[in-house]
Amino acid sequence: MIFFIIRRLVMTVFLLLLVSLITFAIFFLVPRLAGQTAYQLAAEYVGRNPVPSEIHQMEAKLGLNAPLWLQYGRYIKGIVVGVHYNSGTSTSFCPFPCFGYSFRNQEPVWPQMMSDAPVTLSIAIGAAVLWVVGGVSVGVLSALRKGTLFDRFSMGVALAGVSLPIFFTGLIALELFSYKWPIFPNVHYVGITQNPLSWASNLVLPWVATAFLYSALYARITRAGMLETMGEDYIRTARAKGLPERRVIGKHALRATLTPLVTIFGMDLGLLLGGAILTEVTFSMQGLGAFTIQAINNQDLPEIMGVVMLASFFIVLANMVVDILYTVIDPRVRIV
Amino acid sequence: MLDVRDLRIHFQTDDGLVRSVDGVSFTLERGKTLGIVGESGSGKSVTSLGIMGLHTGKNVRISGEIWLDGEELIAAGPGRVRQLRGSKMAMIFQDPLSSLHPYFTIGNQIIEAYRLHNDVSKKVARKHAIDLLGRVGIPEPSARIDDYPHQFSGGMRQRVMIAMALSCDPELLIADEPTTALDVTVQAQILDLISGLQDEFGSAVIIITHDLGVVAELSDDILVMYAGRPAEYGAATDIFARPGHPYTWGLLSSMPRMDRARSERLLPIPGTPPSLISVPSGCPFHPRCAYTGLTGGRCPTEVPPLREVASIGHAAACHLTAEDRTRLWAELSVGKLPDEAAQVDDDVSSPVSDLDALAEAGVAPADPAEAEKEARG
Repeated sequence: MIFFIIRRLVMTVFLLLLVSLITFAIFFLVPRLAGQTAYQLAAEYVGRNPVPSEIHQMEAKLGLNAPLWLQYGRYIKGIVVGVHYNSGTSTSFCPFPCFGYSFRNQEPVWPQMMSDAPVTLSIAIGAAVLWVVGGVSVGVLSALRKGTLFDRFSMGVALAGVSLPIFFTGLIALELFSYKWPIFPNVHYVGITQNPLSWASNLVLPWVATAFLYSALYARITRAGMLETMGEDYIRTARAKGLPERRVIGKHALRATLTPLVTIFGMDLGLLLGGAILTEVTFSMQGLGAFTIQAINNQDLPEIMGVVMLASFFIVLANMVVDILYTVIDPRVRIV
Repeated sequence: MLDVRDLRIHFQTDDGLVRSVDGVSFTLERGKTLGIVGESGSGKSVTSLGIMGLHTGKNVRISGEIWLDGEELIAAGPGRVRQLRGSKMAMIFQDPLSSLHPYFTIGNQIIEAYRLHNDVSKKVARKHAIDLLGRVGIPEPSARIDDYPHQFSGGMRQRVMIAMALSCDPELLIADEPTTALDVTVQAQILDLISGLQDEFGSAVIIITHDLGVVAELSDDILVMYAGRPAEYGAATDIFARPGHPYTWGLLSSMPRMDRARSERLLPIPGTPPSLISVPSGCPFHPRCAYTGLTGGRCPTEVPPLREVASIGHAAACHLTAEDRTRLWAELSVGKLPDEAAQVDDDVSSPVSDLDALAEAGVAPADPAEAEKEARG
């Protein structure tokens, strides 16, 4: 088991290195090949109406004249242990984990991402709890009452939920519950450490809007899985033992249905942690998703690259956790 | 102990009413074994699931009576039948891998069954489970109890299923094709185990199979089913010695036998089992039967009742006269083809009625190639 985890960790590191190599190549190698000079790149860091001497200084400080592979090495080194920048006249240290400086304000990228991360984390985790509980229970009930009014109604709602984007449901929710009936007025993010109650009440609408989409999907998957599982031979065995239907469903059927859901859940949560873009934008919350949008709008390559690295880290991590979890929840998955 | 009377299980489907079981009756005493034989779709599994009360759903209609130990099950509430399931009647299934839950240890699954019907601590139940695993022949049961089904071989899994079924010492054990999914070498072991445990536990056993060899080994009584109806019912010895229904003859002729010459051809029953939505009129077997010419046109029009033939308690649902039946089986057992035997032949003026003569005729090697030539000629 330990070896399995170590091996997965090593693979994860390699995967992230590969992602970084590809993103670095896209953002720095491709422009270079297209004719961008180090001077032009350095100009991006200096702000509006720069003086050529400033640009040259920046060029020297960030080592933009060095071969690209060396620059890549520095980039990775910065992420792992931090990196010193020496402009000749002054030195500065970008501490671990250093994702470089953003074009926009010449500040290190990492602290900016970290200040936005709690917002995304709050949205993602809260919504995930809601959609798992909501989606799975609706799915199970639907499967058990297949063909009834409840089943048709909930699957109809689920179809709508899958089809409607968050910027639609979110705006409707805001209109109804923030303006028309101001149960949650003036939705904005409040840190959980500042005021947990206010944190939660402000997040209710983003949670519900995000979870609605996902629970619709999960309800449909759960329903399909339950219907399939209920036809399995071991369900018949469970009934033949004389188990009450409640136990047959709650223990035997649900256990088998939930296992594949873990995979999807890991992926969805990992993806969401990298930035709940639609939710954040809809509810004007400054999370990683909003950060990403701004980085793209500003063509701030270091910021975009930082976000890409962070998002892929979450996805790769989620994958690893799912893999490890699988060895626990599915005894047939052997660890060699 | 078990008395099934005129059991009918019908399913309402979009395509029409499926008469899966249509008037089946039998009785079974403690310690005895009944073999239910038939092709796929003959209603044998549906019958057994019906006894267990496992047909739920709105589209199923069950009528008749099922008496288990003085208690009628069809009229009883589903809650009561559920209590009896697993405790008084238990079942093992065809494919032990898919019938065991892949995510729970076998110990967990056996203990669950035992504790459901017996108010004991986990510790006691675990001891009981280990004891059971030992009795069904699992080596090192105390170590293997915490293993998962996929860690066992097919035969061992079926042993686990048997241990689970016997955990509450049921009066009735239903084995639905218990050896079909297993290697031939393991089949005999499992059958031996079932019959050994039956002696030990004193349960009544219903064994459902399409394999007459299995039935021959274990059964006291045999019920041959065709299209959801009983074709023949009686003591195993009677049915093997003097089968009274052309369908049974077909089953016997399509089975390899040790006491026949190797060159002898196995005869498949022509055609396929009928759809249970539109069962043929009259005798459901008549479209596949070679002897309909002998009954004066009654086969397609008149449903043959289950009538006693030859010996007491041995009944067959067939319009053939006792003489025809005896003569035809005698000819079939010496290797004649059904079509050929169906010819009204003056040569066979004295039907063989003696059991010993039949047995002798059975072992006499025949030349099928020649028989075939004659038939074509």
